[in-house]
Amino acid sequence: MRELYTRFGGGLATVFLTLVLLWVAAMIVAPNIMMLDYALRPNLPPAELGGPRDVRSLDNIMYLANEATHRAIFFKTVWASALVAAVTLVVCYPIAYWLAQNATPRQLGIALLLLIIPFFINEVLRTLAWFILLAFRGPLNAVLQWAGMIDRPIRWQGDGGVLAGMVYAYILFMLLPIYNAIESLEKAQIDAARDLGAKPWRIHWRVVIPHAKAGIATGCVFTFMLAAGSYVAPALLGSPGSRWFTEVIYNWFFEGGDWNRGAAYALVLLVLCLAVVLITLRLFRVNLADVAK
Amino acid sequence: MSHSVELSGIGMTFGTTRAVADVNFKVEPGEFFSILGPSGCGKTTILRMIAGFIHPTEGTVRIGGEDMAGRGPNQRPTAMIFQSLALFPLMPVWENIAFGLEARGVGKAERRKKADDLLRLIALEGYGDRMPGELSGGQRQRVAIARALAVEPGVLLLDEPLSALDLKLRQHMRAELRALQKRTGVTFIYITHDQSEALAMSDRVAVMSAGVLQQVATPRELYENPATPFVARFVGETNAIKGRVTASEGGIVTLDTPMGALRGRGTAQAGQGATLFVRPEALIPGGGTLAAQIDRVDFEGAFALVHGRLPDGSALTASVGSTDLARAPAPGAEASFGFAPEHAVVLADA
Repeated sequence: MRELYTRFGGGLATVFLTLVLLWVAAMIVAPNIMMLDYALRPNLPPAELGGPRDVRSLDNIMYLANEATHRAIFFKTVWASALVAAVTLVVCYPIAYWLAQNATPRQLGIALLLLIIPFFINEVLRTLAWFILLAFRGPLNAVLQWAGMIDRPIRWQGDGGVLAGMVYAYILFMLLPIYNAIESLEKAQIDAARDLGAKPWRIHWRVVIPHAKAGIATGCVFTFMLAAGSYVAPALLGSPGSRWFTEVIYNWFFEGGDWNRGAAYALVLLVLCLAVVLITLRLFRVNLADVAK
Repeated sequence: MSHSVELSGIGMTFGTTRAVADVNFKVEPGEFFSILGPSGCGKTTILRMIAGFIHPTEGTVRIGGEDMAGRGPNQRPTAMIFQSLALFPLMPVWENIAFGLEARGVGKAERRKKADDLLRLIALEGYGDRMPGELSGGQRQRVAIARALAVEPGVLLLDEPLSALDLKLRQHMRAELRALQKRTGVTFIYITHDQSEALAMSDRVAVMSAGVLQQVATPRELYENPATPFVARFVGETNAIKGRVTASEGGIVTLDTPMGALRGRGTAQAGQGATLFVRPEALIPGGGTLAAQIDRVDFEGAFALVHGRLPDGSALTASVGSTDLARAPAPGAEASFGFAPEHAVVLADA
């Protein structure tokens, strides 16, 4: 704060601070307070707003706790999001390691370009592409059947499809933090570990992964939150048996017309995501400041 | 336990760049052997080939008589100390030292005991639970040495490990390394661009330039009898005077130069173009054939360096011991210098 003032002078620093405060107030604090308020009030017709029945209570949240199907979808969304993060990590770690330690600058450029190009396309369209690929009479089944690996088409849509679509959608959010972390590892440390006789898995377990811990935690937190809050992938690639909690929230808002209950559900998801993130960071012994970097 | 290291016909080409060409030498078991050369001369490439990080495009590396072809760094009886030391910053000191044992499947209690033994050897007893970042440069240096010694290597490879230390500490670590080598009897191969480091510590020194081995000899031999003009110039200070050989007899060559006839040891033949090299300390002020205009006199403590200019414009440097300063010429004066022919070396120009 003092540094800000000494560097930019009183006027400019005050402008900066005001803008930041406005941003936090308008974009973060106000919407969340509104959502909290909605969540605590009952859904009433306009005439009764402010009337005797318009009192705050935990009814909307208790409704979720007592509704078995929604509760099941909620917990499933949480562990499936964790699974998405885990699978994305397994896919990204080897690529990130290769890019950071072994690739030539030319290979690095080409690989990053190939990874980023799909993100020029809208997320809905990318997911639609997966929808087509995974369709019952789509290319994937056709290729597998032609190769003789399966006898009849497999119904990919559902949990498998959602997982594939999400891992694909969030690769960069996992890859880049891990790449950045591994890239800063001094190559001589890997050489030293090899020279001392360590096999590859030990080098990764004892030298590379501890060094890349903050990057891995960041990638996992990003991926988990994006997956838990994802709507497009489950809506397009899922099946009735693989409903995502965001779809339930959407239904309360736009089909049930009950914004209050929708807000309560969203609030629960938000709190749970925060809890998962904080617990993960604690487990990895990484603090929020490292993630922000 | 210590091993010999033998390089025969070693060559290394990276793409179209020839980094090392036809290098042959043999390091005896228990020897302190240095490879000396300016940066980019290929000395680190040679060290990495001995360690097994890269494989030579030509020739063979033998360690303890065994051909090392196809063996990676974890399958060789060598341990390396890196220029940056490459300690693992997230492991306490004792785990750093015991990492090689961990990789060999040694149990934790035994690892800890061995690490504590080594900490005693390097005079850092009780530092086992510190993190590397909490140690001073010299202490980290010693931990890196202990980590390499923990795997009981037959050959220790050192890649300019003292370059990051300040002068006093560097001199102290030189003596310490030398003592450690004597005590453990392990073969040391030491890479450096600092000639005083190589001369002070080594049993023998290999001098390299542009990927080519120039000379392998004891430090004294290197200093007194350089085999090539490069060695003469690179090892220690020297004055070079170009001329043409007029006579060569009994190991003494007479050279015709712009400053008159000069004589030095050598085998160049009459008629050849050659250069005479004479060390600053071999030049005696007063009474000689080399008349110089003195530019300045730098007092260095133990001696003073007299910088002058010869009639043909080339530089001349003479050193005068500080007890002899009365004999040193003053800046701006004319002075003449002489030298005994056995203190000068004449090498034919390539």
